[in-house]
Amino acid sequence: MLKLPIYLDNNATTPMDPRVFEAMTPYFMEHFGNAASRNHPFGWEAEEAVDYAREQVAKLIGADPKEIIFTSGATEADNLALKGVYEMYASKGNHIITATTEHKAVLDTCKHIEKMGGEVTYLQVKPDGLIDLKELEAAIKPTTILISIMYANNEIGTVMPIPEISAIARKNGVLLFTDGTQAVGKIPVDVNKDGIDLMAFTAHKMYGPKGVGALYVRRKNPRVKVTAQMDGGGHERGMRSGTLNVPGIVGFGKACELCMLEMEADTKRISILRDKLETELLKLEEAYVNGSREHRLPHVANISFKHVEGEGLLMGFNKNIALSSGSACTSASLEPSYVLKALGLGDDLAHSSLRFGLGRFTNEEQIDYTIKAISETVLKLREMSPLWEMYKEGIDLSTIEWAAH
Amino acid sequence: MAYSEKVIDHYQNPKNVGTLDKSSKNVGTGLVGAPECGDVMRLQIEVDDATGMITDAKFKTFGCGSAIASSSLATEWLKGKSVDEALKIDNMDIVEELNLPPVKIHCSVLAEDAIKAAINDYRTKNGMEAIKFEESVVH
Repeated sequence: MLKLPIYLDNNATTPMDPRVFEAMTPYFMEHFGNAASRNHPFGWEAEEAVDYAREQVAKLIGADPKEIIFTSGATEADNLALKGVYEMYASKGNHIITATTEHKAVLDTCKHIEKMGGEVTYLQVKPDGLIDLKELEAAIKPTTILISIMYANNEIGTVMPIPEISAIARKNGVLLFTDGTQAVGKIPVDVNKDGIDLMAFTAHKMYGPKGVGALYVRRKNPRVKVTAQMDGGGHERGMRSGTLNVPGIVGFGKACELCMLEMEADTKRISILRDKLETELLKLEEAYVNGSREHRLPHVANISFKHVEGEGLLMGFNKNIALSSGSACTSASLEPSYVLKALGLGDDLAHSSLRFGLGRFTNEEQIDYTIKAISETVLKLREMSPLWEMYKEGIDLSTIEWAAH
Repeated sequence: MAYSEKVIDHYQNPKNVGTLDKSSKNVGTGLVGAPECGDVMRLQIEVDDATGMITDAKFKTFGCGSAIASSSLATEWLKGKSVDEALKIDNMDIVEELNLPPVKIHCSVLAEDAIKAAINDYRTKNGMEAIKFEESVVH
């Protein structure tokens, strides 16, 4: 039986795996201790649980447990990495290189660093969403201390060539930080094979709980340090003070373990569903995939349906299908997605996009329902769209002088 | 953000979707908005020369649910009104009728603009001067 609503917004957050919940439960009431309490069994139990989770988390990304700094999530880890490196390596330089399609947690932190006196280069991306490696290398200068490029994009799923980026960073003696939020747990990420120095990621994008994430900080070749952004009891090797969220961390560990065990099978199954969804929706006229189809997360599709507005489109089925759109039709923000615009998409196509994020709990019945509902709504709204009518009459919409609005 | 029931109803069962012959002298067409802004409205009226009454109104809208509902409602209100009465339709009437939240007020402004543009198109086609309206503020 098909249960509605269907959840296809797994890039925003994932439902928690029941096995993760089960692992967490004892750490709310029964084992409530503070992992920093060294003198009694309550503390020991909590510490043991955190240590075990730290191993589970480290293992998923090929790291040493000592290289995992638990945080409240990826946003905090992004902040800690960028500001922490900026402050720690101030004597070496003040220049950071990033890209225009990064998450706001990176972009806004970079803006903050600029206000603090830092210099930031924002690389443009190519129409497929990837950065140009030659441009990256050309942007490096003697004062460059950090390259910050996300592993995979949250809106279009484009996977950046992290090993190649790392090679450029290494050659120039620059650190590489990557926001791995969308990639870790979904595709194989190995900090050593990929040559990553720092990486942010979070539990709630991989079937774990919200409110817990991590920053990977390399300890060898090179040994990386970040200046703490939170002062206090000196937890997490002094890099992130604050009592550890023990149940959250336990859940994060379990989520990582499950991803490690099931990633291959999950990916295989989910990518078949994603491809079916995409193939069927592209049968509609004037439907386009945004971003690289080749270098892309297996569970993500971002599709524009020309001459139909995204929010209006969502309204046709959002009681039954949870999705997100690149359009923001509010007076506060008439701007469509900056990521889609960075690909060089016109505002009209950016306004016409839907983002699909499939997940571990997506099944074929849901995808079939979605294909039907979206196809019907697109056709219905095109019948209602003046732009579609003009397009069908062969009018070039770019030649029309639109009233200022 | 939750839509009001009236918006949902207009979205699901839009009234007067379609196209009138824009070359006809009796038809006034207003095309407002821009694809870049995420909404484009085309509103058309058919006027009876003898009586000055609006006998038919049609719309097509590219936009969110509130934009579609605003234009659908506008066509309902236009039918059976005289051109002079139609000029009195205020965007705030649409806001009130559809319970539009503040972030969607611009949809109602667009509908009012479309009505005025359609009327002016009709007027200029029939040798009358276009009415100068004050610039809308809420864009």
